[in-house]
Amino acid sequence: MSNVEQRTRIKSERYESGVIPYKKMGYWDADYTVKDTDILVLFRITPQPGVDPIEAAAAVAGESSTATWTVVWTDLLTACDIYRAKAYFVEQVPNSATEFFAFIAYECDLFEEGSIANLTASIIGNVFGFKAVKALRLEDMRIPFGYLKTFLGPATGVIVERERLDVFGRPLLGATVKPKLGLSGKNYGRVVYEGLRGGLDFLKDDENINSQPFMRWRERYLYVIEGVNKAAAKTGTVKGSYLNVTAATMEDMYERAAFAKEVGSVIIMIDLIIGYTAIQSIAFWARKNDMILHLHRAGHSTYTRQKSHGINFRVICKWMRMSGVDHIHAGTVVGKLEGDPNTVKGFYDTLLLPSLKENRNIGIFFDMDWASLRKCLPVASGGIHCGQMHQLVQLLGEDVVLQFGGGTIGHPDGIQAGATANRVALESMIIARNEGRNYVEEGPEILKAASKECRPLQVALDLWKAITFNYASTDTLDYEATPTKAAA
Amino acid sequence: MRLHQGTFSLVADLTDDQIRKQIEYCIKKKFAIGIEWTDDPHPRNAYWEMWGLPLFEIPDAATIMYEISEARKAHPNVYIKINAFNNTRGIESTGLSFIIQRPSFEPGFYLVRQEAPGRTIRYTLQSYAVQGASEGTRY
Repeated sequence: MSNVEQRTRIKSERYESGVIPYKKMGYWDADYTVKDTDILVLFRITPQPGVDPIEAAAAVAGESSTATWTVVWTDLLTACDIYRAKAYFVEQVPNSATEFFAFIAYECDLFEEGSIANLTASIIGNVFGFKAVKALRLEDMRIPFGYLKTFLGPATGVIVERERLDVFGRPLLGATVKPKLGLSGKNYGRVVYEGLRGGLDFLKDDENINSQPFMRWRERYLYVIEGVNKAAAKTGTVKGSYLNVTAATMEDMYERAAFAKEVGSVIIMIDLIIGYTAIQSIAFWARKNDMILHLHRAGHSTYTRQKSHGINFRVICKWMRMSGVDHIHAGTVVGKLEGDPNTVKGFYDTLLLPSLKENRNIGIFFDMDWASLRKCLPVASGGIHCGQMHQLVQLLGEDVVLQFGGGTIGHPDGIQAGATANRVALESMIIARNEGRNYVEEGPEILKAASKECRPLQVALDLWKAITFNYASTDTLDYEATPTKAAA
Repeated sequence: MRLHQGTFSLVADLTDDQIRKQIEYCIKKKFAIGIEWTDDPHPRNAYWEMWGLPLFEIPDAATIMYEISEARKAHPNVYIKINAFNNTRGIESTGLSFIIQRPSFEPGFYLVRQEAPGRTIRYTLQSYAVQGASEGTRY
């Protein structure tokens, strides 16, 4: 008789050693019935020339779950049918010959509870460098109710934050201290005081203000808090200034956060580039210490902006709401940075709604209940000014922080005047909206009328009246009026 | 100083006609409307005195305008605000909150600075009006 190796070699066609197509390995199942507990993922796939889109989808499902490039017998020691992700639907992207939408279902047990790091290690782990696809983009995810319940989400979100700040029925107003870099602590605190005194709710550090030679972090915190308190006394309101605690190590971040608390700040801030684990850690710290947590999405455009490859920002919105940040920059539409109106609406809905309904017109591909995770407050920042107030209120709604950096600090009559112009423009617009006026059409008139009693607003409107940023967006939506198939 | 609290406070004080329109907005949104007053407007004073209970299922703005005028008569020289409550699931909080009466003179707040270790200062916000004056005699 033959030798032992020959006698025990696996005979099944599926598990014979070698390379077989992923779709034959069980990573494609057109008849798969999606479970309520599955994590559903939509990828935009550009297969290499000659690669069948279904095989590419199966390959993505395989590489982002259990597969490796070749057959392994150890699969048979597991309930491998359960753990294999299944691509279950592929459709051509509207108006594209080379791109395909692929829907993939993942068993919930593939992922550790409450860990964005673990979730992303699978979904965006190896697969984006996979040779069989020319480009790959993570477009959307349906996170099941049960898995969402393993995350705490934002500690304050929109509602608690409003109650703490005592600001209701209007967007919050903020500004970023400018210049971004170079101010001494004392001069920096001056900008904070002036902006808050003039009527803003928040000032903020910029993403790259950490602890540089021109201003170390302790110096900044102390002067900023002096500005915050003085403005609170002058206006009789709760004021805040996001103290950026981003640093080289988690230990440094905790130290800075603790000092922010000690000096009496209501809010701290982090940058997206600190990483998912650090974000979740500081979110738990913020929850425990009654601190609002602001997230600046620094770095995101490196992977969110191009349509064919990377991650759609709506997915980052979902991960960040799960991680528990209270604020996140999510676009302005009218400002200086990338943002197609419908796409941005999709981001805002993702952050703010208790549940999402599939609506490809705004880039939402799945129904998803947020399992009572609190809302994450979107922040609109970058090249906006008070002359656009009617458009901002219409496009971004009430639950948003409008941040006018240059639009406050660049006011010819000073920062206080700039802040007052913004606040008066906003209040006037909300009054008009609530009165049922067609504030979008009548916006310029409403602002003009308000400026008659407010010189700072008059000056601002004159200065910035012609400033617009009308460039075509890169990240736009691909949809047809009637989608070919509703996502499961 | 001018107290900046509430949704509308940097624009000129709302006229009664403007107040009525905001109330109509609240009614349309199915908000309940409460009237609250205080002579202690510290920014962390979350609990102003309630002028009765908030009104639910309000038939028309006139009902609220009547209560506003009664509240003003009873408390002519203090802060009065409208608080509108939104009980929509996922919100269940205040939907709109704006001042509708101010005392004739608003003396404002000052900072008490306590020198703490290192360069730290502990700040306390105190009201000129509340300081040394009992309730009802502050404005």
